[in-house]
Amino acid sequence: MKHPIRNFTYSAVAAVAATMMIAPASAQKWEPTRPVEFIIPAGTGGGADIMARTIQGIVTKHNLMKQPMVVINKAGGAGGEGFLDVKGSANNPHKIIITLSNLFTTPLATGIPFNWKDLTPVAMLALDEFVLWVNAEKPYKNVKEFIDAAKAANGTFKMGGTGSKQEDQIITEAVQKSTGVKFTYIPFRGGGEVAVQLVGNHVDSTVNNPNEAVAQWRAGKVRPLCVFDNKPLPYKEQIADGKSWADIPTCKSQGLNMDYLMLRGIFMSPKATPDQVNYYVDLFKKVRETPEWKDLMNTGAFNQTFMTGAEYTKWVENEEKRHRDLMKEAGFLASN
Amino acid sequence: MEEIGNLFQGFATVIQPFNIVLMFVGIILGVLIGVLPGLGGANGVAILLPLTFSMSPTSAIILLSCIYWGALFGGAITSILFNIPGEPWSVATTFDGYPMAQQGKAGEALTAAFTSSFVGALFAVIMITLVAPLVAAFALRFGPAEKFGVYFLAFCSFIGMSKEPPFKTLAAMMLGFALASVGLDQVTGQLRLTFGFTHLLTGFDFLIAVIGLFGIGEILLTMEEGLAFRGNKAKMDLKVVLKTWKELPKYWMLSLRSCLIGCWMGITPAGATPASFMSYGIAKRISKRGKNFGNGEIEGVIAPETAAHAAGTAALLPMLSLGVPGSPTAAVLLGGLLIWGLQPGPMLFIENKEFVWGLIASMYIGNIVGLIVVLTCVPLLAAILRVPFSIIAPLILVLCAIGAYSVNNSTFDVVMMMVFGVAGYFLKKTNYPLAPLVLAIVLGSKAEEAFRQSLLSSQGSLSIFWSNALVGTIMGLGLIALFWSAISNVWSRVRGPATA
Amino acid sequence: MARKAKALEGLTQRSVEIAVALAIMLLGIITVYGSILVGIGWGAEGPKAGFLPFYIGLFIIGSCAINLFSIFAAGESDRLFAEWGQLRQVMSVVVPATVYVFLVDPIGIYLASFLLIAVFMKWIGRYSWATTIGVAIGMPLVSYMVFEKWFLVPLPKGPIEAMLGL
Repeated sequence: MKHPIRNFTYSAVAAVAATMMIAPASAQKWEPTRPVEFIIPAGTGGGADIMARTIQGIVTKHNLMKQPMVVINKAGGAGGEGFLDVKGSANNPHKIIITLSNLFTTPLATGIPFNWKDLTPVAMLALDEFVLWVNAEKPYKNVKEFIDAAKAANGTFKMGGTGSKQEDQIITEAVQKSTGVKFTYIPFRGGGEVAVQLVGNHVDSTVNNPNEAVAQWRAGKVRPLCVFDNKPLPYKEQIADGKSWADIPTCKSQGLNMDYLMLRGIFMSPKATPDQVNYYVDLFKKVRETPEWKDLMNTGAFNQTFMTGAEYTKWVENEEKRHRDLMKEAGFLASN
Repeated sequence: MEEIGNLFQGFATVIQPFNIVLMFVGIILGVLIGVLPGLGGANGVAILLPLTFSMSPTSAIILLSCIYWGALFGGAITSILFNIPGEPWSVATTFDGYPMAQQGKAGEALTAAFTSSFVGALFAVIMITLVAPLVAAFALRFGPAEKFGVYFLAFCSFIGMSKEPPFKTLAAMMLGFALASVGLDQVTGQLRLTFGFTHLLTGFDFLIAVIGLFGIGEILLTMEEGLAFRGNKAKMDLKVVLKTWKELPKYWMLSLRSCLIGCWMGITPAGATPASFMSYGIAKRISKRGKNFGNGEIEGVIAPETAAHAAGTAALLPMLSLGVPGSPTAAVLLGGLLIWGLQPGPMLFIENKEFVWGLIASMYIGNIVGLIVVLTCVPLLAAILRVPFSIIAPLILVLCAIGAYSVNNSTFDVVMMMVFGVAGYFLKKTNYPLAPLVLAIVLGSKAEEAFRQSLLSSQGSLSIFWSNALVGTIMGLGLIALFWSAISNVWSRVRGPATA
Repeated sequence: MARKAKALEGLTQRSVEIAVALAIMLLGIITVYGSILVGIGWGAEGPKAGFLPFYIGLFIIGSCAINLFSIFAAGESDRLFAEWGQLRQVMSVVVPATVYVFLVDPIGIYLASFLLIAVFMKWIGRYSWATTIGVAIGMPLVSYMVFEKWFLVPLPKGPIEAMLGL
C-alpha cells in the first residue's frame, strides 16, 4: 500500500540535511539514528500516558528499535505544549507524538496557533470507547430511568468528566441536546479521579473510558448504562455481576443520539519523508502483534481499528470537522 | 490477624537475594534522582518502568517503590546543603535545614531529616497494614468541597506567623496566587494571563520558582557576603549520626503529630508538599522554640520531613485500593500496575494478595535499606560543603539549569529560573517572605480548582463548605488556625511591641 | 551630608524598597488587565476564568500601595541595601549566569555549561587552566552520561552536538 501523505512537498534539502549528519546514509530504508522522543500531550498516569509507556516497554522488551525510545510528558495547556513542541521540530524525524481528542479540542478551545495539519500523520493505533456510568447504589438501571431522574432533578444532576471543553464535556453537551435534560458538568483533572468521585457520590454520572472505571465496576461500585458507539463492544469476557462489555447496550439504542470515539493515534514532526513515516508505521504494526499490546486492548475494551496513510488522514479530517461543529454548537470555541 | 499472616508471607517473598539487590539499586537510583533538582521520583519511576516488563510484578514494584523511597530521602539533601529543594516536598526542609548547615551542623540536619523520613514512612506503612480498608472508605468521602477544606487548612496553619511586615506577606502571597493562575484555567478550559505568549501555556511551575528563588537567590546572597558557603566546619564522621540520634527521642510528640498530619494529607489525597508545609507551620506554633524557627532549629527539619514521608507513603494506599494516585509518582506506579496486568482498585487486595502484601512488606524493608544507605552517606555529603565556592557555585548553577529545563523540557524555563533568582535576591533583602509565595504557587491552582468545582456542584452556594460534618470540621479547624495566628500576633504586640 | 556620603557608598535600602514595591504593583496591574481580558464576571459555569485572579491582582496593588505609603511615611533613612562593591560581586554572578541561560537555547546546555564553569572558575576563582578546563569539561560530560545515557532524559543540544550526531 502506498502512502500519499497529503500534499507535502518533500524538500530534497530536508532529506539531505537529515541524512548528511549520519553517514553512511542508506538510500532505501530510513532508520532512527538518535533516541526517538515520544511526546505525550497529557500528564503522567492518564490513558495516553499508559499507552505510550506500554509501547515504550514493548519496543524495549522485543527489541523493535535499535535506538532507545524516550517518553516525555508535555501536558501544559491541555496538551498544547506538546503539540507546539512537535510543530516546531520540522525536519527532526526523531520525534513522534501520541494524540487524544485534544488534538482537535485544545486548539479550538484555546486558540493556540496549532492545527493537526502542522504534523505528519503516521497511524491510528486504536479508538477509545466512552461509557455512561452511574453509582451502583442508585436505583436507575437503564438510560430511560436515569434520564427521568435527571429531568426530575432539574439541572442539579452532576456529570463529572476530565478537563474542560474536551471530549467528556462534548459528550455531555450532546447528551443534553439529545434529551433536553440539563446537567451540571464538573471538570476534574484525570479519569481515575472522576471514577472515584462517582463512587464517593460527589457526582451523579460520568462518561469514563472503560479503562478508567473498570476496576470500580468489578468491585460493584459503579454501573454502566450504555456505550457511546454504533455497535456493542466485542469483548465477551465476564467482568462483573455476570455482565461483559458486550452486554452494555449502545446509547443510540437507548434513545441517546450520540456516538463518540477518541483517537489514540500517532503523528510525527512536520516535513517527514515517506520513508520515515513508513518506518514508524512498520514499527507500530509490529507493536500491535505483541501479546502485551493485546492485553492492553482487552483490559481497556478498545476499538482496535488501525489506519494509516490517506485513510487515516481522511478520518482525522472528518473528525476535526465534527469537533468543530460539536464545539461550535456548545459554544466552546475560543473567542479571541 | 489475617493481615499479619499475609504480611509475613509478603516478607518471605521480599527477602530473596534478587529482590534485596533490586532494593539497593532502587534506593541508590532514587537518592540520585531526588538529589538532582527537576528529576523527580515520578520521572525516575517512569523512566525505569519499561525496564520492569521482563520481571515479575512483585520484583518490579519493589524496584520502583524503592526508587520512590530513595527520592523521598534524597530530596532533603540539596535542601539542607545548598538551599535548593530537590523535590517540592523538601522546600519546608530548607527553612531550618539550610541555616543548620551554615552553622556547621549539616551532619545533624541530614541525620535528623533522614531519620524523621524513616519514622514517617514506618508509621504510614503500619497504618496501611492495619487499617487499609477503613482508610480507603474514608478517602472516598473527599469531594471537591472537602479537598478545598484541606487546602484551606494547610494554608491557614502555615501563614500569618511570619516576622515580616503583614502587607509584605500579603503582597508576596498574592503574587504567588497570581503566578499560579497563569496558563490554562482547568475549569473553563480557557487560557488566561498568557497574553498570546505560547511559552506561558504551562504557567509557572513551582519547581522553577523554587530553584530560582531559593537556589539562585542564595548564591547571589552568598556572593554579596563574600564568596563562601559557611558550612566549612561540618564534621565528617559517623559519630554525628549517633549523637543526633540521642537527641531525637525528645521530639516524639512532634514526630507523632507530623506522622498523623502526613498520613491524613496523603490519604485525602492532598499530597506530600502541603503536608510538609502544614506540619512545619503547626510545629512552629506549638513548639516552645517556635520564635527561633527559621534560624536552624532541628524541630524545623523533623516536622516537614516526617510529614512528607508519611504522606508520600500513605499516598500509595488510595492508589492501590481506589485507583487514584495521591502523588505524581503514584500516578506512574499506577500505570505500571496496569501494564503488568494488575488492576488497581477495590479488588486488588482480594485478587492479588501476594502482590499487595509483597509491596507492603517491601515498604518496611525498603525503608530500612534506604535509611542505612543514606545515613552512611552523611559524612560524604557534609564534605561537599568543603568544596570552594567558586567551583561549587557554577556547578550548582548548571544543575539548577538542568533541573529547571527538565521540569517541562523548555529552555524558556531556564531563563525564568534566572528571573526568579534575581527576584529572590531582592525580595529576600527587602523582607518579603518567600515561603507564603511558594506555598501559594503550590496550592493556588489546586485550591482554586477545588473551590470552583464545589461551587459548580452547589449551584453557586457557599453553604457547601459547611454542608456536612466532615467539611465543616475541616473548615472550622482552618478558621481556628487562621484566627489563632491573628490573636497571637495581637497578643505579642500587647505584651511587647519590640518583639513584633 | 552624611546621607550624601552614604548614597555614594552604595544603593540605599529605601530606593530598592520603592523599586520592588513598584515592580510587584506592576505585576498586579498586569494580572488585573489579563483577568479583565478573559472575563471577571460570574458566567454560566460559575465564576469566569478571570474572577479570582482579578481580585488577587487588586490585593497585590492594594498591599503594594500600603507598603509604598509606609516607606514614604518612614521618611529618608541612611540604611544601605548593599555597597557598590558588594553589588559588583553579585553582578559578577548575575551577568555570566544571565548570558548562560540565554545561551542554553541556541548552543545547547553542554557547551553553555562548559563556558559558564570555565569563566566562573577562571575569572572569580582564579584557578589554574588545568583545573578549570578539567572541571568545565567534566561536569557537562557527567551530566551527559547521567541524564542522556542513564536516565534517557534529553537535554537541550545545539549545532555542535547535531554535527557530532548525538
